[in-house]
Amino acid sequence: MATLIILIVFIMFLGAIFTGGYNKKYLQRMQDNWLWEWITTVDHKRIGILYMLGGGFFFAVGGLEALLMRLQLMFPDNQLVVGDIYNQLLSMHGTTMIFLVSMPVLLGLMNFAVPLQIGARDVAFPFVNSLGVWLFLFGGLLVNLSWLFGGAPDAGWTSYATLSLNEFSPGPGVNYYVLGLQIAGLGTLMSGINFLVTIINMRAPGMTYLRMPLFTWTTFVTSALILFAFPPLTAGLFMLMFDRLFDTHFFTLAGGGNLTLWQHIFWIFGHPEVYIIVLPAFGIFSEVISTFSKKRLFGYNSMVFATVLIGFLAFMVWVHHMFTVGLGPIANTVFAIATMAIAVPTGIKVFNWLFTMWGGRIRFTTAMLFASGFIVVFVMGGVTGVQLAVVPADLQFHDTYFVVAHFHYVMIGGTILGFFAGLYYWWPKMFGTLLNEKLGKAHFWLFFLGQHLTFFPQHFLGLMGMPRRVYTYMSGRNLELLNLLSTIGALLMTAGILVFLYNLVQTLRMGKEAGPDPWNGRTLEWALPSPAPHYNFAQTPRVRGLDPWWLDKYEGDGKLQAAEPLGPIHMPSPAYLPFVMSLGFFVSGFGFVFHSWRVGALGLLVVFACMYIRSFEEDPGYHIEPEELKGVES
Amino acid sequence: MAGFGLLTGCGSPHMSALDPKGPVGETQLDLINLSTGIMTLVVIVVAAIYIYVVIKYRERPGDDKDEIPEQVAGSKKLEILWTTVPIILLIILAVPTISTTFRGTDREPEPGTLRINATGYQYWFGFEYPDYQVSTANEVHIPTGRKVEFLLAAHDVVHSFWVPSLGGKQDMNPGRTERLILQADEPGLYEGECAELCGASHATMRFRVIAHPPAEFEKWIASRKQPKSKPKTEQQKQGHKLIAQNCIGCHAIQGAGYDILGRTGPELTGFSHRTRVAGALDNNRENLKKWLVNPQKIKPGNRMPGFDHLDDKQLDAMVEYLQTLK
Repeated sequence: MATLIILIVFIMFLGAIFTGGYNKKYLQRMQDNWLWEWITTVDHKRIGILYMLGGGFFFAVGGLEALLMRLQLMFPDNQLVVGDIYNQLLSMHGTTMIFLVSMPVLLGLMNFAVPLQIGARDVAFPFVNSLGVWLFLFGGLLVNLSWLFGGAPDAGWTSYATLSLNEFSPGPGVNYYVLGLQIAGLGTLMSGINFLVTIINMRAPGMTYLRMPLFTWTTFVTSALILFAFPPLTAGLFMLMFDRLFDTHFFTLAGGGNLTLWQHIFWIFGHPEVYIIVLPAFGIFSEVISTFSKKRLFGYNSMVFATVLIGFLAFMVWVHHMFTVGLGPIANTVFAIATMAIAVPTGIKVFNWLFTMWGGRIRFTTAMLFASGFIVVFVMGGVTGVQLAVVPADLQFHDTYFVVAHFHYVMIGGTILGFFAGLYYWWPKMFGTLLNEKLGKAHFWLFFLGQHLTFFPQHFLGLMGMPRRVYTYMSGRNLELLNLLSTIGALLMTAGILVFLYNLVQTLRMGKEAGPDPWNGRTLEWALPSPAPHYNFAQTPRVRGLDPWWLDKYEGDGKLQAAEPLGPIHMPSPAYLPFVMSLGFFVSGFGFVFHSWRVGALGLLVVFACMYIRSFEEDPGYHIEPEELKGVES
Repeated sequence: MAGFGLLTGCGSPHMSALDPKGPVGETQLDLINLSTGIMTLVVIVVAAIYIYVVIKYRERPGDDKDEIPEQVAGSKKLEILWTTVPIILLIILAVPTISTTFRGTDREPEPGTLRINATGYQYWFGFEYPDYQVSTANEVHIPTGRKVEFLLAAHDVVHSFWVPSLGGKQDMNPGRTERLILQADEPGLYEGECAELCGASHATMRFRVIAHPPAEFEKWIASRKQPKSKPKTEQQKQGHKLIAQNCIGCHAIQGAGYDILGRTGPELTGFSHRTRVAGALDNNRENLKKWLVNPQKIKPGNRMPGFDHLDDKQLDAMVEYLQTLK
């Protein structure tokens, strides 16, 4: 408690020193500070960038964890990281990459692009949006602090009971996992609801559901998946938390609990989660492929249908993660068939992408390279997914490096390549400059070849008898060469990421001006100046069909059609409460990790205080008058 | 006895699911091959279209940059085509999947099936032959050409029982018993592993299936029923005593005259026939001593304390005695 007060005073003190002393204007000065502006922002574009910054930071952390594991497995009987430390690495790598990288970076792009694509000025609940990003950041920070205080979670990102219970994982690691993920998950759930409401209510006039860009569609379906998949996760984490902190017996055998229940709950969330992180990427690829082939998306309606169908089936297949549990042949076959069925809508998507390119004029910009590279990687990851549904074969595949290869193909091929494609594509709209194409292409090739070199050999490692999550393997079983290749691949991927970071720095320092529409875009965001103004559209656009900006360019007068006269624009005011509230959750979580009920209660008190203030605070927002816009708009 | 000698130490153990040595593994490999075949076909078709599209329709230097290709909305025929063809391929895959999954389940084991209880502990496997009143650890002996029904359970956390060259895995769940039927057609050493993350030493939680021709298997059972565990030399006697003081609370050695048969650690009866120490190191005196001095280095997080407080002579005596257990 005392430490906390000292820390707050210290931060205020630092703020005073760096801004010129504590006096009457102190608060005013703090509010004009760029840091304060970012902390209190409710602008969906800035929130999107915050998501990506946070996701990018955790990507570096999770990537280093992966690199350490690959270095350990470079040679048999290596002693670099062994035993429990290795288990901590693998648990944190998985947890980080799924919850703190894949979802946030995609949420970042969703936040940035979706309101622009539907011609809205912001999301439906800007305050909640800001709360979402800060909850994610603080939740992620909490999970990662485990490395510094007490040791990281070591029961895998799946945290199967009973391994994750106090008896077998006595350190605070799994406490960090349950509490950090609950906090971050709360933020994700809020974002999901926010996007659903935004997309349903805030589309520009004329944008019917079947005129929405595909990225908006996949965001919509993803948000629905979040809405239904996160409550089971929260419930599961809650029970695990009670087992660990308050000695309940949800999953302990001796107390009459059922440890298989955890596996069901986890995968009822876990499988939709896979689609939560891959569907937005599908949307990005649809935008990028269509734009750089100069063609409208082939089979738009069936693409939408396939997206919805994948979202629906996502909830019907969780048992394919549990074929070896021993649930019996009926459960296993039903879920096997459902799993195979997902291949059909996914296939529809792949062929529609290919036929979007067919007959087009393909420009291989970096974004398009990532998108077309995705098709190769994802198809290879997808087909092994179907193989995993073949129950008797899965009994061999399950929990081996074959599965590791499969899901890395899908997740790197889908999510990570998708994020990079989206970032290179929307970067000009975010910052007004173009990322360097030469460096971008080097980044792509290093990363793309590296990922194949890392994960392709792992298919064979699995079949040759190497289980996953092992810190060592026997020599003399022909596993040496393939493991060595895999590690070299990981180094190549790292080199690719370093080139990317260099590209970011170079572009931020001296990037080329992009202009409003560098790619000859099709959707509404490309009608705006780059970077997009904070109010987005001076006049809400009128939408006449699919790819409205393309229509205005080629079948109109080249100007975005407006649906309203120029008038005052209502904007939400910045809010500091989301940050404080998330900080409250963070403090509370940190307290509960170490069974300190007082610190836990203190944090929750901050949260409730923020809720109280928010409930009775009048926040009418503010208006931007048309005069202020004159000269900005042409 | 010569048979064991042949199987211990020499001959390369089988570990690959791609090289099955029994009917279960063979069926599974057939399905792996079938699915790989169909999926390779899919990859080839997609790759062919992809390569064609990328080469044919890429913008080349000198092309008119303002030219706009025809904006095609879609094609019903093509959509139907790439919806139905995958469905047909999936049906081809689903039929054998279903029939194989149901095969051999929900039936009483065939007469003549050998029953073995296998239990997973952090980080070792215990085996019991209920029909013979014999038990062992980390190495399970089976006859060739005969179905073996493993009844799988776990003592602490979820483990998974996997012998890749004999067949797929089955989780070992605490509080439940699962069945797994395997069969080895050839005599030999088959590597087995735990395939579910179970703690710090999950990676080294290994076991071996040793398949003998039926006659030799019977001999092995007989030798297990009358183990030779009595110390003879002075050194062995000292070892016998030290083991009584240090080990026997957790480990059992049958026929050695101990009053206690510990059950929390792996059984040590007939230890000299084991091919490995603790399932992790080749069984020889040097490795056994290494293990006794610091077991945490070899299998971090296991329950056994180190015996580095004993002097060299004492350790040698323990090793000497253990290596005479037959």
